Amino acid sequence: MSFIWLRTWHLGVKSLLLHPLRSLLTVLGIFIGVASVVWLLAIGEGISRKAQEQIEGLGATNIIIRSIKPPEESIESAGSSRSIVPYGVTRADFDRLITTIPTIDRALPIREARYRFGYLGRNTEGRLVGCTPEYAEVNQLEVARGRFLSDTDDHEKWNHCVLAAGTAEKLFPFEDPIGQAIRIEKAFYLVVGVMKDRTPTAGIGGSLTAQEFNNDVYIPINTFWSRIGDIIVTRRTGSFEGEMIELSQITLRVDEVENVLKTAALVKETLKLHHRKQDYAVTVPLELLKQAKTTRLMFIVFMGLIAAISLVVGGIGIMNIMLATVTERTREIGIRRALGAKRGDITRQFLVETVVLSVMGGATGILGGLTCRPLIGALRGIMQRTAPEVFEQLPDVIREVTPIIVPWSIPLAFGISVTIGVIFGLYPAIRAAAMDPIEALRHE
Amino acid sequence: MTPAARMLEATKQYVMDGGTVHALRGVSLEIPTGDYVAIMGPSGSGKSTLLNLLGCLDRPTSGRLMLGDEEISGASDDRLSEIRASHIGFIFQSYNLIPQLSVLENIEVPLYYQGRIDRRQRQRSHELAELVGLGDRLKHRPTQLSGGQQQRVAIARSLINDPYFILADEPTGNLDSVTSEEILRLLNDLNEQGKTIIIVTHEPEVGKLAKRVVRLQDGSICSDKRTRE
Repeated sequence: MSFIWLRTWHLGVKSLLLHPLRSLLTVLGIFIGVASVVWLLAIGEGISRKAQEQIEGLGATNIIIRSIKPPEESIESAGSSRSIVPYGVTRADFDRLITTIPTIDRALPIREARYRFGYLGRNTEGRLVGCTPEYAEVNQLEVARGRFLSDTDDHEKWNHCVLAAGTAEKLFPFEDPIGQAIRIEKAFYLVVGVMKDRTPTAGIGGSLTAQEFNNDVYIPINTFWSRIGDIIVTRRTGSFEGEMIELSQITLRVDEVENVLKTAALVKETLKLHHRKQDYAVTVPLELLKQAKTTRLMFIVFMGLIAAISLVVGGIGIMNIMLATVTERTREIGIRRALGAKRGDITRQFLVETVVLSVMGGATGILGGLTCRPLIGALRGIMQRTAPEVFEQLPDVIREVTPIIVPWSIPLAFGISVTIGVIFGLYPAIRAAAMDPIEALRHE
Repeated sequence: MTPAARMLEATKQYVMDGGTVHALRGVSLEIPTGDYVAIMGPSGSGKSTLLNLLGCLDRPTSGRLMLGDEEISGASDDRLSEIRASHIGFIFQSYNLIPQLSVLENIEVPLYYQGRIDRRQRQRSHELAELVGLGDRLKHRPTQLSGGQQQRVAIARSLINDPYFILADEPTGNLDSVTSEEILRLLNDLNEQGKTIIIVTHEPEVGKLAKRVVRLQDGSICSDKRTRE
């Protein structure tokens, strides 16, 4: 039995080599189909993995409430004479939430503002974050040197600060920042620690831009409140602009993942009672995560459909060629039948030829699929060099995607190519076997 | 000794658009082992049909056909294939070699459909190539050979399965007179070595070389003469 198969394979390859160009072109059809399966899955995976990482960076058990500036009209109606209108979540909101909702495990008050930081002659702009010691853990920030803010820093309202990696790099390119004092507005703050580099998370609170941690400076929230206060005035040419916010953000951590959605609903209810304007936004990373998963599934299904179509087209190509081959080799079929080939032998012979074609397409297609990552990198490089303005206009997703080869896509692609070979080869093979040997021998 | 083939009142009818064609109308024929029979007749006499029946490419509509001890009339398609692979040697007018195979591989095709090729058989295919004078062209493709050489390969192929008889259909039809003579001499030699040969032809010169001439007319045997022993 094994002998017959071996001979059949040998023969199949031999017959295909009789028309190398024709075989090559047929293989090309399957190659494209299989390679596109691997490519599309890899790109889909790359995009979704990135989105998922960003969302997971926000924390699956977290609920994030951010203050947002309400639309201009509502400010006008509240009091047109005042140029500074308070908005956003308040310290009262914060207390209400932690005292009324039992499933809240931990709550972090955060106050942010953009400031210039200075050390000697050097200046840099960044985000000044007033926070509690838990901030580092909740946002998955790690200390590189020194320490993060402590409870004592907060209670005592000390002028201590911790620098993010980017800020430290800019202010202290040469010196050790620990023990030095940096200037923020009119006050000086002692640097007690430096954080490690951190990748940005997904955007929250309605803004689509990712949250960037690397240009931050962290100070205790009580220090923020007492030294800087709730009103921040920015000077612009000819006018002052100010804002009055008590809290920029509250990050709540829920005790169990199952309770996240219920708690989020409660939080929204509670806040609604005390805010007449929509001056806050509640973000639930878990919801985003679920959304991202659905999007990913849809993406895979959609891409899979496209790949399936290209494979079917490749399969039809194979069938077309095999039908032509069968007609062309009618005489050979007659000879073989006369010399003792059974119908089954003929079926097998032609089926093996199609499977050889499709497997060759499959194997090369997988190799082609594996080149996805370097090839996309190279393409991107070429585009950047030849048409930078076009490249700039592309969406981030396309500019930054790193394809990730999905391991199961390889056996899948291979299985599909073999199946295509069998399905589309069966009809020509059966047709070949059904020929009458006498008729076939007479064929010119 | 069991005859190589026996036919008893075999008929063959084809149903066509214009009605039923009676290609053979009750043919009885016995071919003893070692015989050299020429089947002759004008076209349309039923020569080809008789050849197809003897070659197990077709079954008689009625009557019996036996190859050796085996009844063919009711055999299945697969069984017919097996019989062709192991008991019949075909030689065709247009040689009918498989173009993508080498000389040696062409000789071995019937073995391939018997199931396996062992060392003894491989040895035998080499010997047969030698026998027909192509021992130095084993790796050649059919297209690289002359007509006479191709027909020699076909003769070697017809011998590989040690058949009950060799069935030659106008074996010299495509060859010039010199080459034809060579091929006929080869067939004659084979017969002298004890091989049974059935040759279908319309050329009287070819028929003369046989030991026995069977003439067909309108689907029946009109004469069956032994010309030499």
